[in-house]
Amino acid sequence: METLLKLIVFLPLLGAILAGLGGTAVFRYIGSAPPVQDAHDDDDGHHHHHYDGPRWPMLLTTALLMVTAVLSWIAFFDVISGNTYKVVLMEWVRSGEMTASWALRVDTLTAVMLVVVTTVSALVHLYSLGYMSHDPHQPRFFSYLSLFTFAMLMLVTSDNLLQMFFGWEGVGLASYLLIGFWYNRDSANAAAIKAFVVNRVGDFGFALGIFAAFVLFGSIEFDPIFAAAGEMQGKTLTFLGWEVPALELVALLLFMGAMGKSAQFLLHTWLPDAMEGPTPVSALIHAATMVTAGVFLVARMSPVYELAPFTQDVVVVIGAITAFFAATVGLVQNDIKRIIAYSTCSQLGYMFVAMGIGAYGVGMFHLFTHAFFKALLFLGAGSAIHAMSDEQDIWRMGGLKNYIPRTYAMMLIGTLALTGFPFTAGYFSKDAIIEAAFAAHEPLAMTAFWLLVVAALFTSFYSWRLMLVVFHGKPRASRETLARVHESPLVMMLPLYVLALGALFAGWLFKDWFIGAAEAEFWGAALYRAADNDIVQALHHVPAWVVWSPFVMMVIGFSVAVLFYVVKTDLPEKLATALRPLYLFLLNKWYFDELYDWLFVRPAFAFGRLFWKVGDQKIIDGLGPNGVAARVLNLGSITSRLQSGYVYHYAFAMLLGIAGLLTWLMMGG
Amino acid sequence: MEHDGMSMWSTFAPALPEMVLAVISMGLLMLGVFFRHRTVELVNTLAVVGLAVVAVLVLMSGSGTVEAFGGVFVVDALARVMKLLVLFATAVAIIMSVQFLRWERIERFEYAVLMLLAALGMMVMISANGLIALYLGLELQSLALYVLAAMNRESGRSSEAGMKYFVLGALASGLMLYGASLIYGFAGATTYAAIAEALKGGENIGVIVGLVFLLAGLAFKISAVPFHMWTPDVYEGAPTPVTAFFSAAPKLAAMAVILRVLYEAFPGVSDQWRQVVVFMAIASMLLAAFAGVVQKNIKRLLAYSSIGHMGFALIGVAAGGPEGLRATVFYLIIYLLLTIGTFAIVIAMRRDGRAVEEIEDFAGLASTNPGMAFGLGAMMFALAGIPWLAGFFAKYFVLVAAIRADLVVLAIIGVLASVVAAFYYLRVVKVMYFDEPKGAVSAMPFELKLVATLSVVFALAYVIWPQPIVQMAQAAIRPLIQ
Repeated sequence: METLLKLIVFLPLLGAILAGLGGTAVFRYIGSAPPVQDAHDDDDGHHHHHYDGPRWPMLLTTALLMVTAVLSWIAFFDVISGNTYKVVLMEWVRSGEMTASWALRVDTLTAVMLVVVTTVSALVHLYSLGYMSHDPHQPRFFSYLSLFTFAMLMLVTSDNLLQMFFGWEGVGLASYLLIGFWYNRDSANAAAIKAFVVNRVGDFGFALGIFAAFVLFGSIEFDPIFAAAGEMQGKTLTFLGWEVPALELVALLLFMGAMGKSAQFLLHTWLPDAMEGPTPVSALIHAATMVTAGVFLVARMSPVYELAPFTQDVVVVIGAITAFFAATVGLVQNDIKRIIAYSTCSQLGYMFVAMGIGAYGVGMFHLFTHAFFKALLFLGAGSAIHAMSDEQDIWRMGGLKNYIPRTYAMMLIGTLALTGFPFTAGYFSKDAIIEAAFAAHEPLAMTAFWLLVVAALFTSFYSWRLMLVVFHGKPRASRETLARVHESPLVMMLPLYVLALGALFAGWLFKDWFIGAAEAEFWGAALYRAADNDIVQALHHVPAWVVWSPFVMMVIGFSVAVLFYVVKTDLPEKLATALRPLYLFLLNKWYFDELYDWLFVRPAFAFGRLFWKVGDQKIIDGLGPNGVAARVLNLGSITSRLQSGYVYHYAFAMLLGIAGLLTWLMMGG
Repeated sequence: MEHDGMSMWSTFAPALPEMVLAVISMGLLMLGVFFRHRTVELVNTLAVVGLAVVAVLVLMSGSGTVEAFGGVFVVDALARVMKLLVLFATAVAIIMSVQFLRWERIERFEYAVLMLLAALGMMVMISANGLIALYLGLELQSLALYVLAAMNRESGRSSEAGMKYFVLGALASGLMLYGASLIYGFAGATTYAAIAEALKGGENIGVIVGLVFLLAGLAFKISAVPFHMWTPDVYEGAPTPVTAFFSAAPKLAAMAVILRVLYEAFPGVSDQWRQVVVFMAIASMLLAAFAGVVQKNIKRLLAYSSIGHMGFALIGVAAGGPEGLRATVFYLIIYLLLTIGTFAIVIAMRRDGRAVEEIEDFAGLASTNPGMAFGLGAMMFALAGIPWLAGFFAKYFVLVAAIRADLVVLAIIGVLASVVAAFYYLRVVKVMYFDEPKGAVSAMPFELKLVATLSVVFALAYVIWPQPIVQMAQAAIRPLIQ
């Protein structure tokens, strides 16, 4: 079993290395002849560069990920039968009291993440074989994908905060590389940098959290921290001159990292821009896996969060605001991927609300199901984009259900699951969060409940808006584009089918384990809950109107969408005109980018320019290198002018020197 | 000093090398006078052989300290090491001159004879154990050097150089002599040991004034600021091999005298003279660094370079103690070996039968004469004190000695000055390697090539086997620290 776990983590790394090398000159032509053209490759005028290298790097990484996924499911079923594993690979850091090992900690929490990560990753690899088949840099793409998978696996299997930080930064790096994969696009580079910089803010908090944990516990390994957390209640640490409760500080700082990685309110701005990356990347990293790392972090650290009530409140508030805010912005976006991106942001908010009220299993359940249907939606959107010759504006699509019926069917399944249609995956997990928020019976949680309910309405509306605008009505695309519309090849459709199965049945199949009767047994020691935390039981005993409210919201959202985009199609226009300020406010994403630009970016540039022009060029260069050089030259010419060539000058200098020395010795010496 | 009953031989024996050298030089003079100019090559060859013989005699003079002539003359480890170095430098200077004198059509047998007489003067200076012997030796070498500077009578600049050197040298000698008489007047003694004995009773302002005058005269010889003004003009005007000689042997001899005078005759007033030495060190390093930056002529540049290097060597004198003194002698040895190699290349630098002395004219040497460019480049790096080359260790040891002796400010100024000075060394490299070529220079004659090669190899490879020179320096200072 230990070998199996090692294989799960390191096979993707192997694939990443081999595929990465495969793109280099040395390996470039191994197995490259004869040049393979895909059988389904019809003429597609948008791709000017064709790939002529070997195909084995892509096939290899995909095959390895398939194997990894199968192994992960084996590990999953082994773990939920009651086993936990801790595989120490090697010692990493030993410095004074601090030790950190490379180790694989596999319990139920990790096992859930393993199957989510490797399954979606394997499917995305497979999908990319088709989606990226024209790209001239495919080996690099697959290498990055596998590298990302490795980093994500390191993150979820970590046994200490340092290894988790390694994985955390590793996925950040892979995310940066993949967002900027098409590096000759300015917008892609800008988005990649933005993602990296915004995540730095969160990671700064994470790093401080690790430091604080070390100061408090004297260790960064999970077991000692969890064991000692109870004794640390009531202790304080001095932070920025304040005496703060120590556990709250650690939890809050770690949550700051989670906010960055999971694109929560205030640190969310990078996620929509990250859609500049290829669509499979959006599905894998920016929907199913990496962005859920923050949720995972909170779940992993549940023994600390359970003892930090203030931080839990913060998590609830941030989660609820994010869920609501992102849903409102999603209402008016016109880019198909951005709509789904805001939806992701919103759903992550749901998960954090669950975490904040102590319903860790519920949050993890939503993470699990969301991975399926959100990846499905993204890959389906990618299929539509692919069909429409890289068009992403929903208003230039329309009526596609007759052109690409299978993609339409898959998107429909994803939408049903996202909006919580009964018995789909989202129905079980999302509704459970809403019920849990109600069941928490706290004012804050109550507010969160109402925000989530409204967000569910919005979710339904924007999801159906997308479906109706893109797939129904009259085609709005140009005739040439429509002539080229084609259903995606099987290699792309296959992952959709598998994900669709997940979106339909993952909730129904797994609900008993994650949040139902068997949940205590299922999670075992992986999640900690305080003795008085009975939220998971309580959520099954809420009033009927609470249970029905998400469904009602879904129906209302659907009805309004039909009204707006099928029955009276001039209504949205009128509404937008009537409520123009509100419309613009939403369209511009609450003006966060503008606010940050004004608040941080411009001042940073102004400071930078000040230090550059004045500080560096004028003061440091002026007084330093350039100034000194100029003075040296001045002095040089003065001293050489003293060298007049006249003997009497020279003799005078000698006598002056001796007189000076004598005077000095007599007066001073 | 118990020479009662000693034979004539044992009285004169310690000065045997000097006497042999004197006889050889007079013999060669007569050879030249009687057989005219056909004998130039013979005289040169015999001069070098004679120097070798004298060196052997120095080596065979045993070990330990021997005094002679009633204590005014001493042979000790310092004297032996310094004399060997002087003899070596003189021999190399003669070898390096042969081709140059032919090129410039100033082959004269007097040249080698004057060199020998100068060397003799230096040996006497080094062994002088009293002010009178010191003055004798100093004047002997000075008079020979004045003539050497003006050797090229056809050249106005050479004559001017000799004239300036003579006038200013006479002034320096006068100052020194005045200082010596003050010291004698107040201390009542002329031998170093007796002066030191007389000063034990407490310091004496008259003696200090005398010492300052004495130091001024010696500082003139090592061209320390502010007694350096003659250096650039004489270096530029004198025939290049003479300049090479100037920058090597006399500096060594004068520095040996300074060490001996300060540490054997005036240890009691070290607080006073240390201030003078520190001032001269700082002034020399700084002035050389700044003035060197604007020089266009390689010989003037090397003049400032030597001023700066003497400033560095003075750091070790000021620091004192075994470490400082050893660092000084070490510095002098390294500097001697580097400067010889540098001049070997500069002497050989000729284009169309004319000497190339302007730095600008070295442009593109790397592509036309890669060997010379590499050699000169290596010497420039070594003189600038770039690690791992030999010049670095020289600077390193004096700086460490200064820091150990709490002369931190001096050390810092030294480092800063060497940073500025690095500019003019590196500029030579830049001109040779990165500027548009101005045409090839003629090939190097064998002996210059040999000297330059050995010197470059030394500069580059010294780090591999550093021990011998360190031990040599260590041996030389032993008499001073007892």
